[in-house]
Amino acid sequence: MPKRDAPPLQGDLIQGTLDMLVLQTLVLGPAHGHTIAYAIEHRSEDVLQVEHGSLYPALHRLEDRGWIASFWGTSENNRKARYYRLTPAGRKQLAQQTSRWDQLVRAINCVLRPAG
Amino acid sequence: MSWSRLFRRRYWDEERARELDAYLEIETSDNIARGMSLEEARYAARRKLGNPLLIREEIYRMNSIGFLETLWNDLRFGTRQLRMSPGFAIVAILSLALGIGANTAIFQLIDAVRLRTLPVKNPSGLAEIKIADRHWLSGSVTSRHPEVTYPLFDQIRERQQGFSAISAWSDDRFNLALGGPARYAQGLYVSGDFFHVLGVQPVAGRLFTPADDRRGCGTSGAVISYSFWQREFAGDRAAIGKKITLDDHPFEIIGVTSADFSGIEVGRSFDIAIPICAEPVDRGEDSRLDRRDGWWLAVIGRLKPNWSLAQASAHMRALSSSLLETTIPPTYRAEQVKRYLEYRFGAFPAGTGLSSLRDDYEEPLWMLLAIAGLVLLIACANLANLMLARAGAREREIAVRLAMGASRSRLIRQLLAESALLAVAGAALGALLAQSLSQFLVAFLSTSNDPLFVDLHLDLRVFAFTAGLAILTCLIFGLMPVLRATRTLPAAVLKSSGRGLTATRERFGMRRILVVSQVALSLVLLVGALLFTGSLRNLLTLDAGFRQDGILIAQLDFSRLNLAKDRREPFKQEMLDRIRAIPGVQSAAEASIIPGTGDFWNDFIWIEGSQAPKAVSFFSRVTPSYFATLGTPILAGRDISDHDMPASPPVAVVNEAFLTRILNGRSPLGRVLHVVVGAGEPAESYEIVGVVKNTKYGDLREEFRPIAFVAEAQNAKPDQFSNVVVRSSLALGPLVSAEKTALARISPDIGVDFHVFKTDLWNSLLRDRLMATLAGFFGALAVLLATIGLYGVMSYMVVRRTNEIGIRMALGAGRPEVIRIILRETGILLGIGGVIGTALALVAGRAAASMLFNLRPYDPPTLAIAIVTLGTVALAASFFPALRAARMDPMNALRDE
Repeated sequence: MPKRDAPPLQGDLIQGTLDMLVLQTLVLGPAHGHTIAYAIEHRSEDVLQVEHGSLYPALHRLEDRGWIASFWGTSENNRKARYYRLTPAGRKQLAQQTSRWDQLVRAINCVLRPAG
Repeated sequence: MSWSRLFRRRYWDEERARELDAYLEIETSDNIARGMSLEEARYAARRKLGNPLLIREEIYRMNSIGFLETLWNDLRFGTRQLRMSPGFAIVAILSLALGIGANTAIFQLIDAVRLRTLPVKNPSGLAEIKIADRHWLSGSVTSRHPEVTYPLFDQIRERQQGFSAISAWSDDRFNLALGGPARYAQGLYVSGDFFHVLGVQPVAGRLFTPADDRRGCGTSGAVISYSFWQREFAGDRAAIGKKITLDDHPFEIIGVTSADFSGIEVGRSFDIAIPICAEPVDRGEDSRLDRRDGWWLAVIGRLKPNWSLAQASAHMRALSSSLLETTIPPTYRAEQVKRYLEYRFGAFPAGTGLSSLRDDYEEPLWMLLAIAGLVLLIACANLANLMLARAGAREREIAVRLAMGASRSRLIRQLLAESALLAVAGAALGALLAQSLSQFLVAFLSTSNDPLFVDLHLDLRVFAFTAGLAILTCLIFGLMPVLRATRTLPAAVLKSSGRGLTATRERFGMRRILVVSQVALSLVLLVGALLFTGSLRNLLTLDAGFRQDGILIAQLDFSRLNLAKDRREPFKQEMLDRIRAIPGVQSAAEASIIPGTGDFWNDFIWIEGSQAPKAVSFFSRVTPSYFATLGTPILAGRDISDHDMPASPPVAVVNEAFLTRILNGRSPLGRVLHVVVGAGEPAESYEIVGVVKNTKYGDLREEFRPIAFVAEAQNAKPDQFSNVVVRSSLALGPLVSAEKTALARISPDIGVDFHVFKTDLWNSLLRDRLMATLAGFFGALAVLLATIGLYGVMSYMVVRRTNEIGIRMALGAGRPEVIRIILRETGILLGIGGVIGTALALVAGRAAASMLFNLRPYDPPTLAIAIVTLGTVALAASFFPALRAARMDPMNALRDE
């Protein structure tokens, strides 16, 4: 459940950012939707509240573009789940998006905190 | 989005559903592990995920192309709707197919004869050189495009600068047979540069070069068309080098033109082309080549790249005087020379070819297209009415959808899809239908003497026209009812329990407008139909001054015998005598001009002892009993007789028009008429010995012209052709074979071509028959459609007003009154439509005026008949709904609420 005291940022998520987060999560290894959702939530210290349902269209889109691939597997507690893994194209895409993100953050920071 | 996903949406949807289920299971078991009860755990998992259906829908939408998806759905929905009412669908598709088919067929013809450019290299660079606004012409005029004489062409070719090359051509027909029954091929005379100017390539052999067109070339080579090559030689290459006999002269085939080139004249195809230099060989003493007053050629040229048409035209205009001054015909008298020198040349676009067919039929075809367009419009109005009724029936469904939040545009799209399906199906069927219809039209206009060739292949323009019609009709009959249906306020519709008394007043108004416009348009078409059929009837029943039934004309050609001039008249007499001797032949005579063929011979004349200025009279050379054969009564004096021989004074029989126009009513007998002759020519004068009733000369449409019939036996320059007019009680077949036998007994080398007089005259009315037939058909169709529309609306109105009628009857209204109420409604609609239609018909009639014979476009009886007919049919159609209303049981009607 989203915590009410920490206003979710999902509405402000910049277009394409969710894609980047998903790809980054998969760097560590294949995972299914449930894991990915919780991973993003936890690693952002619950600031980025992803509505878990909205993840699936994103996964679908990424797979469609060939950045991730999927297969049916068995989860840690013995349940069937669809696993996703990063493809080489996805890895390249992640690198590109990350560097562009870094650029953006740096640029915004330059504006917000001019080097004194 | 990948295509495989588009087509495997269902698979992917199930995939995702399973995946979401997996999430729920994992989350639920995690929740249980966190200490929740099963119920609680499931609930929490669902909340965490959100609505799985929405997620699946989002993914599904990602897999499809939104626009296509809804379009596909709409079309499927539309198909289902139509399948539920197949009767409506069939009627709608068929009426659209008829309307669109008729329009497309006529447009195809217009496209072929008017819009399409010649299948030659860069057609826009072609221009025709001719005398602009020529109102006067004198001399020997032959061929379909008698624009210039050969001496003039020679001068133009020498002096013009605006064209990289120019060429002259003329049409003729060549007899392929050696004596006996003629077998004609469509021929062309062309100058050496002809194919070069047009940029036509050979598929076999070679085409002419200027070297082939040299003076005195004799029977040189002939170029044949692809279709002739296929027809006569089965496309055999060995045809090149073979000899072909044209009017008894052997020509060697040197080449075949490419398949797509059917000639320069749209509407005709050519079989054989020979160089202009061969004309004297073919025509012998009738050669026009050196005659400065022999008009038989048309000139076409290719503009130099840096010359515009306007420049070339101005240049030709400037050259005119010098061209004309060096070619003054020696036979012209002073006033003719003056008029000759006033000619001015110009250049005119020729990229779409030349066409006498176009000149004759362009106006009728555009008019027919307009008529067919109106019929389509009336059909559309019917469909719109039907669609309105359907929309009315679905009013509640639409209201519910609107209330549930369907957007208006989405609903419009969905309802329009139904109309689009109908329109596309109708257009496709119509396009198919058009192929047969246009073939039929060409066959209608084609006669054995005058075969037409119209290339009817479908091109982009025809396709665009049909597609445009489909879209237009769809919008006309589909959009309006749909806009109306979706404009209703859902609440109002849902609230009203059924049919109210006033709730649908507005929609009913729309139907009234539709019917009024149908009545108006069909009245216009009915007036048109009556005018054109009336005009044809006038032509068919007019007194032409001669009988048309039971007359056979034999065109004889004895040039193969090469008789000396003084032996020709006795020979003609012998042929005539042999034909007269055939049992069953009542009478036979010869005439140089057969009425209705378009041949003519006119001259300036003056009357001896008269101060009146010179006048133009038409002439024909006839033998005795010509008038008896054609049943033309002799009103005064005598017929030409066997005693009018070369040695006796020349005589003439004149007609009534000659009396009134040239003699101004003075007594004719014994007067002498003189033909104005050029310097150095022998004097020509005739004593008038008789007067006959007026007869038509050129065609049936013309006014009676002054004619002087002179004696064939007194002809000083007899030619080697003869037209024998035969009246007989024999059937056509036996008569033809008897004549053939009789002529063959004289000489097997006599060429003969038979014509049934009545058929030829009937064929000369092709244009009028076309207009009468098609306008009549469309007019009847329009009335039928409008009647159906009116019937539909009146029936609908009766149903809508059941309640009101029930109340009226309950209050004591009798049946006659109910019928009167309904018929009054019809009367009002008819009245408004009739007034508008009459006004439109009067305006539209002016466009048809030039095509009508002896009939004004604002002919009051025609208008009255049209109004009465339409009114009667329409009242009859609405009488049934009225009767139904009157037979209603008032109790049932009231309970119906």
